[in-house]
Amino acid sequence: MENKRNAEVNPAMKPLIPASIETGSGRKKTLWRRFVAQRHLQTMALLGVVWMIIFNYIPIYGLIISFKEYNIVKSIAEAPWVGLEHFRELFADEDLPNVIRNTLGISLIKLLIGFPLPIIFALFLNEVRSIRFKKTIQTISYLPHFLSWVVLGGILATWLADVGIINNILLALNFIDKPITYLAEPSYFWTIIITSDIWKELGWSAIIYLAAIAGVSPEMYEAATIDGAGRFQKMWFVTLPAIRATISILFVLAVSGVLNSNFDQILVLRNSLNDSTSNVIDYYIYQTGIVSNRFSYSAAVTLVKAVIALILLLIANQVSKKINDTSLF
Amino acid sequence: MFALKRKTKGEAFFDIVNNLVMLCICFLTLYPIWYVLVNAFNDGNDAMLGGIYWWPRMFTLKNFDAVFASPGIMLAMGVTVLKTVIGVALHVFFTAMVAYALSRKDLVGGKLYILIGTITLFFNGGLIPTFLLMRDLHLLDNFMVYIIPVMFSFFDLIIFMTFFREIPDGLDEAARIDGANDWSILLRIVLPVSMPVIATIALFHGVYQWNDYFAGIIYVNNVDLQPIQTYLFRVVAQSSSNTMMVAVQGSAATRSVTSQSIKLATMVVTTLPIVFVYPFLQRYFVKGMMIGSIKG
Repeated sequence: MENKRNAEVNPAMKPLIPASIETGSGRKKTLWRRFVAQRHLQTMALLGVVWMIIFNYIPIYGLIISFKEYNIVKSIAEAPWVGLEHFRELFADEDLPNVIRNTLGISLIKLLIGFPLPIIFALFLNEVRSIRFKKTIQTISYLPHFLSWVVLGGILATWLADVGIINNILLALNFIDKPITYLAEPSYFWTIIITSDIWKELGWSAIIYLAAIAGVSPEMYEAATIDGAGRFQKMWFVTLPAIRATISILFVLAVSGVLNSNFDQILVLRNSLNDSTSNVIDYYIYQTGIVSNRFSYSAAVTLVKAVIALILLLIANQVSKKINDTSLF
Repeated sequence: MFALKRKTKGEAFFDIVNNLVMLCICFLTLYPIWYVLVNAFNDGNDAMLGGIYWWPRMFTLKNFDAVFASPGIMLAMGVTVLKTVIGVALHVFFTAMVAYALSRKDLVGGKLYILIGTITLFFNGGLIPTFLLMRDLHLLDNFMVYIIPVMFSFFDLIIFMTFFREIPDGLDEAARIDGANDWSILLRIVLPVSMPVIATIALFHGVYQWNDYFAGIIYVNNVDLQPIQTYLFRVVAQSSSNTMMVAVQGSAATRSVTSQSIKLATMVVTTLPIVFVYPFLQRYFVKGMMIGSIKG
């Protein structure tokens, strides 16, 4: 569409000298001329903008169905308004406190353990002297990132089955008397989720920190050595402050994603038996919307989630600004 | 590594402990994968007895025969290969194209376009409005649902833009004097010199395309159109609570093949292609990620 309109513009306008007079209409004209001169570039850019309007902005507009009674046979615009009814229903839902507890619980533990571990791993990997050994560890450590959660779900199911390797080892060591079906026990779900996530992404998350560490000037280390700093002191006083900006930006991003509970992973590992600890906001949205076809209600949950996420993002950004002088915006 | 000068006892001790910890991490990373591999190459009934930890006890390729004989799996594999190849090509080209235009400082409306994109990083309509959009666009049960909705990513665009801005202006000016327009500059100059960042984005998106099972679950009902990961999800993960009860639709299931051994073999077949590709792209993506992370 844009493509055609731009291409049809008179080609005689192409060679142009930028007008130097910045009067009202003159400026407008200049802008238009510049636009036309850039028609190839504008076509490229506008194709992207049109894509974003269709696939990003139309769904955002679609969230208004949370204030309507959406019916699958009508269009979004035709559906009748119902005000805050779905939100009232949402806050009255008995499942909600549990869903929020699971989402925040899993995410906060991930933030507490899963966020610092790659930094610690990167710091210590950086201290490995042999370059070849270091490269090998790195290559191995991000291998699991390339496995899908479905495959990893299969691996975990094999390991954690009643005849699986974990039960075999624990039985052999007499830690337990009978096999435990871990995936059927709600009390183990968070541990499984967090451990498997760390296993999968530790090496991958460390790449950014390693890249940042590689940018630290060697002179800083030399100076620290002359001052008599040991290995740990160099790590603490030189490396860590040098990658502080990277850490704090990634932390802001991690906090803003606290309500996103790695849906791929949850969907693979959850089942009806562990539902009491595995039902998170994203699953709740999927369950009410796609499975039960309560589109408007599900959209209302999405909207509440988006508002909370935005508040968290703004708080984290402010804190980061105060503490580190680095912020996303 | 012990030949370094001025190394104190404490330092040597640190190195030994550090290297040991790193070896442990390597073992913990590799062993679960190795365990699956070993069991996938073992006779199914024999594997049920347990105790296979390091090497196959009864080596066999029958599990893989069963996997490759099952038409459902091969079809799903075909869908996955196709959507990965087409998806990556389109995603890389389209995102790079928009990034090239937006990386130009003199672009009229450039700031507005970037604002429009930045907002998409923080807000989205979520599952339901997106699902309704796909329905309205007639993308449900359509192969293109794997391609078009993920053809562009503003996050990847930022990585591209950061790289494009590093390209010397002289290259561009020389081409312009030779009469090249923006399209030919993009195709003949900018893209060919951007291999590291192209490889990075191609890898990111390739891993996404290869591993995604969610689109296959929500947008596609037609079994012939489901990718391998969705197939796996339906067979493997949905029954994670009672793994032994899984019924695999393998046509060549013989006595030595169990549902469990087929599952493991399918997992190996599904994962192998991507594990083979990544060492070749590694040197690119570490570089590419540095571009995307530090300066961006």
